[in-house]
Amino acid sequence: MTSTRCAVCKYFRRRCPPDCIFSPHFLNDNPQRFTCVHKIYGASNLGKLLQETPMQLRADTIESLYYEAKCRIQDPVYGCAGIIWSLHQQIQIAQSQLARARAEIAFLDANVVVAEPTPSPGEPVVQQNGVDYGLDDPYDFWFY
Amino acid sequence: MGSGSSPCASCKLLRRRCAKDCIFAPYFPPDDPHKFAIVHKVFGASNVSKMLQELPVHQRGDAVSSLVYEANARMRDPVYGCVGAISYLQNQVSQLQMQLAVAQAEILCIQMQPEPELPAIHPSMMDCDTKSLVLSGGNTGNFGDPMPQFLSYTSSNNNAIQDPLKRESLWT
Repeated sequence: MTSTRCAVCKYFRRRCPPDCIFSPHFLNDNPQRFTCVHKIYGASNLGKLLQETPMQLRADTIESLYYEAKCRIQDPVYGCAGIIWSLHQQIQIAQSQLARARAEIAFLDANVVVAEPTPSPGEPVVQQNGVDYGLDDPYDFWFY
Repeated sequence: MGSGSSPCASCKLLRRRCAKDCIFAPYFPPDDPHKFAIVHKVFGASNVSKMLQELPVHQRGDAVSSLVYEANARMRDPVYGCVGAISYLQNQVSQLQMQLAVAQAEILCIQMQPEPELPAIHPSMMDCDTKSLVLSGGNTGNFGDPMPQFLSYTSSNNNAIQDPLKRESLWT
């Protein structure tokens, strides 16, 4: 007799009802997926969260929970937050390097302007060094 | 925290006696009940307790901070949580890398242009800063760091988890 229980009901050794909220998302052939999510969030919290989520969004919700649970298992101290903080640092570094590169371009362009023939010795050289760092709008991030 | 003083936020919410060695007490003070409430809602008190017990004491503070952060993100976005933020930030990193590559290419183009012959400019026509910049060849100018430094930035600096983080590849 083949088991038709989902991975969650199999884990809890219970009958899997036809309207089991977990069965579309935790198939029997991948028990590790549920154990991962269960370890971090717990089946009860998971069930409540799914009940509060519209049906068409539940698959995405489970995927994001699974991803975050994997991150937390791999990094028990920082989890997903560690990745976010790392990305913020990368953005800051990239913005700084981009600003320097653009300033360098402005400077090099200005040098070319300075090197061109001047109109007459009597007129002062006007340094046109309008540096446009061109930074994007500050990124919006979530920190409590 | 402990007997004789106010119970911690977790014991208050769970309506139990706050023991002297309560694992939550150092991190969930009674004056901030919301902090434990959202962690409990998303992760559950027993899961948080197990996670903290598996960590050395000196790392528990950071673990609690990251759990609170993730719980907040999940409350704001119940469907994508932190993954939504990661996707957004990775997008930003990619865009910045592209812009940086374009700027670097532009610098190379300018540097590869043949240098025009400098006309005879009387020193009295330049201010001190311009004079020193022209004489130095403008390679570092006022920027301090030598030019090649920004060329060493590569996408390998991204130490994000190996799983693909773009939503479309996550869900398919």
